[in-house]
Amino acid sequence: MADNNTQEHTAGYGLYIMVWFGLIGLTLITASVAGINLGSITLVVALMIAATKALLVGNYFMHLKFESRVFKIFISVCIVTFLIMLILTFSDLSFR
Amino acid sequence: MNENLEAVAEQAPPAEHIHRDDIGSKMGMWLFLLTEVLLFGGLFLMYAGYRFLYPDDFKAAALELNTMVGTINTFILLTSSLSIAMSIVALRREQKKLCIYLLVFTLLCGLIFLINKYYEWGTKIEHGIYPKGPAMEDLANGQVVYFGLYYVMTGLHALHVIAGMTFIIFVLVFIVRNKVTSTNYMKLENSGLYWHLVDIIWIFLYPLFYLIH
Repeated sequence: MADNNTQEHTAGYGLYIMVWFGLIGLTLITASVAGINLGSITLVVALMIAATKALLVGNYFMHLKFESRVFKIFISVCIVTFLIMLILTFSDLSFR
Repeated sequence: MNENLEAVAEQAPPAEHIHRDDIGSKMGMWLFLLTEVLLFGGLFLMYAGYRFLYPDDFKAAALELNTMVGTINTFILLTSSLSIAMSIVALRREQKKLCIYLLVFTLLCGLIFLINKYYEWGTKIEHGIYPKGPAMEDLANGQVVYFGLYYVMTGLHALHVIAGMTFIIFVLVFIVRNKVTSTNYMKLENSGLYWHLVDIIWIFLYPLFYLIH
């Protein structure tokens, strides 16, 4: 019975505060970069930064990094499903 | 069959027979969160499609948004995510008081976020920008779509913030009454997961609505 009630993930205050600094830093970067005109890659840069922030939140705050593989498979399936929908939508929009 | 089970339950000490499955509970929460991801995913898909069709209208409409308010709200949500993550550590280390303070702080952040949102929407409504509002008639199609998506997506997100806060209030009461403790904290854990998801959704909403130039 005790098997399913593991009390693992060992993250402490220090790690969380470091992650928070990272998130704040990335927000400052994305806000200041938005003022510079990077042309067509502006959106790509903004989304890359957002994805990095989401990874930080997921991996550390939601401690996915310390979770068993089943959780990672769940989430991968969900993200891949979404990406497939995105690709299908744009393959439709681009070739109309 | 049932009688047999009950007979077994009576013989054993009660503590061992309280059914608990932390991993299962967390997994259920994650499955729910993934349905949320796909709910917002559909809206993000719609945003992507329309931004592809009306890139210039989206840029023009985004000028109406106050980047500063968006950035401040981003900081607020990120900080609230930190505080709820820390509250779990505090509870596990038997620092109940600190845990309660951190949760109250998280709730305050959520409240400030919503107040900002209220004023932000209020300014737009004052300018006549709302569905069928007076300013909407002069706007190009793409701009109307942009504001439509803005209201739906930030509105749905704000509803999630309210739901998350409600969840946290319930957990807070459980903690005060010692129903959620350092060895049995899955409710707090799951409310944290929900709050972080709401944070992640905002992380994507922020550049897509506020940072178009």
